[in-house]
Amino acid sequence: MTEHGPIELRAEGLTLGYEDRTVIDDLDLVVPPGRITAIVGANACGKSTLLQALARLLGARAGTVLLDGQSIHRMPTRQVARRVGILPQSPVAPVGITVADLVTRGRSPHQTWWRQWSAADEQAVTAALTATGMLEHAERPVDALSGGQRQRAWIAMAIAQGTPVLLLDEPTTYLDLAHQIDVLDLVMDLNRTEGRTVVMVLHDLNQASRYADHLVALKAGRIVRQGPPSTVVTAELVEEVFDLDCHVGTDPVTDTPMITPIGRHHRAARLALS
Amino acid sequence: MALVEVSARRGHAAYRLGRGVVSGRVPVRPALAAVVLAVATFGAFAVSLTVGDLPIPLADAVAALFGSGDAATLLVVRELRLPRALTGLLVGAAFGLSGAVLQTMTRNPLASPDMIGVIAGAQTAVVAGIVLGFGAGVGTQSLGLLGALLTGVVVYLLSAGRGATGYRIVLVGVGITWMCTSATDYLLARAMPYEAARAVGWLVGSLNERGWEHVRPLGLAMAVLVPTVLMLGRWLGTLQLGEQVAVGLGTPVRAARLALLGAAVALAAFGTAAAGPVLFVALVGPQIAQRLAGRPAPPLVGSALTGALLLLTGDLLARHVLPDEHLPVGVVTGVLGAPVLLWLLTRANRTGSGG
Repeated sequence: MTEHGPIELRAEGLTLGYEDRTVIDDLDLVVPPGRITAIVGANACGKSTLLQALARLLGARAGTVLLDGQSIHRMPTRQVARRVGILPQSPVAPVGITVADLVTRGRSPHQTWWRQWSAADEQAVTAALTATGMLEHAERPVDALSGGQRQRAWIAMAIAQGTPVLLLDEPTTYLDLAHQIDVLDLVMDLNRTEGRTVVMVLHDLNQASRYADHLVALKAGRIVRQGPPSTVVTAELVEEVFDLDCHVGTDPVTDTPMITPIGRHHRAARLALS
Repeated sequence: MALVEVSARRGHAAYRLGRGVVSGRVPVRPALAAVVLAVATFGAFAVSLTVGDLPIPLADAVAALFGSGDAATLLVVRELRLPRALTGLLVGAAFGLSGAVLQTMTRNPLASPDMIGVIAGAQTAVVAGIVLGFGAGVGTQSLGLLGALLTGVVVYLLSAGRGATGYRIVLVGVGITWMCTSATDYLLARAMPYEAARAVGWLVGSLNERGWEHVRPLGLAMAVLVPTVLMLGRWLGTLQLGEQVAVGLGTPVRAARLALLGAAVALAAFGTAAAGPVLFVALVGPQIAQRLAGRPAPPLVGSALTGALLLLTGDLLARHVLPDEHLPVGVVTGVLGAPVLLWLLTRANRTGSGG
């Protein structure tokens, strides 16, 4: 499916902001190729901003994003689109568009005005619909689907784009728990069976610990810590990043860190415990 | 792989030629709708050639169109009636196509050149020319064209601050429309009665007294603009998914928006220059075409054909209902278009999309 080997995506001295507000300040990040990276942090810490910059949706104030050593902002945008796919947070589909039509538009970076529907396009669209379990819904309008199905349709579009690197901005937002797990399993499939590099912004630390190989914890636009979840996720880190008192145990299913928030009302219970 | 391959799946007919060097697919229902619209448009066009002081049978009119018949019929059809019918055909197609592009790129079914100030700008320019007296030198057509293009540039510059997004274009356009309308009203208020009469005559789009001098500039402009829009059409498909998705899919969003907006404004400007502001065709035509084609956005070819059909039938209706009044087609499209607009508004609210 992917047409290249592992691709290196990195940020060097990256500073980002909107108008007079600096959101990310002088940040360095190397995205591990062929792995799943999760970016976590409190609201407004710059998670989405960083992801958008990695996808050249946002220009850098200083520093640069490098794709295989080349500045992503200087490369032709179509060339970037063949290597890096981005699914923004809660995208809105035009009313009446069918799943198949939406997924087909994911092929546009590979199309020219004379070659608009190649055999590769057809295969990629069918494969994406199959991988997401949306083949049977291909003819249905996206706005008639459930939230989980709708998110699957968008992910199918990103899959059809066939990029070795896939960036997902909060892919589980607004989904119920079953559909969250469903989407994360799908992301893991893409990584494990097709070797795609995935970077996603996640809110749930436990899910991030379960599904990510590499965790990046952001606070106020700086990386506080990064590495495998088992070494990164500690009570001290959660305290620092989220300003939250918590107990860190072990996920009985995956053996990854599992945090249990404590909260004001239950501090006494914790003190009694220790 | 075969040299030529044709297959049909998911409502599309796909083709691959020369081992996949050239490939594409055509959505079946919009294609059928376009064929039906094309036949109906040609019908209205042909009937339009038969109407006038000298009634000509349809068969003779079509024969004369292709160059056979007696000298009198040839003269009436080809020199007197053909320019009017062609102006109607081209203006309708230009408005329909312009509306389709604007509605798709702004993701707003209410976006059309009548709404984003382009046509209001043409009106102000032409009325200023008549009332302030410089119109005779420049010519009504050139003034309308300049007014529309200039307003288009202003709308783009004012909405470009943060990338000329859909809503900004529409909001800025509505503001500009009212400014131009006020300016037009002011000019009319201080005009001499005979000037006002002339201005008002132009303020309602009309096909009366249209000749080859109206067809030629419009025809040339469309020979350039229509293929341009069809080539740019691919970008509309990704722009419709929102700015971030479009960038992610490799669309040069800024350039695409500028080129598409420029082409849409130019189409509306040349159309208005030729026939004056024929209201609602650009707004309603694409919406009708979209429903006929069953697509999530107005189809380009279908919208152009629907626009042409609306204008030609509107003009036929005007001449049929009140043959002696020289009723301008703009009145008919306004009367027919307003209810359709209201229906669209109530529908938009019901689905919650609001535009």
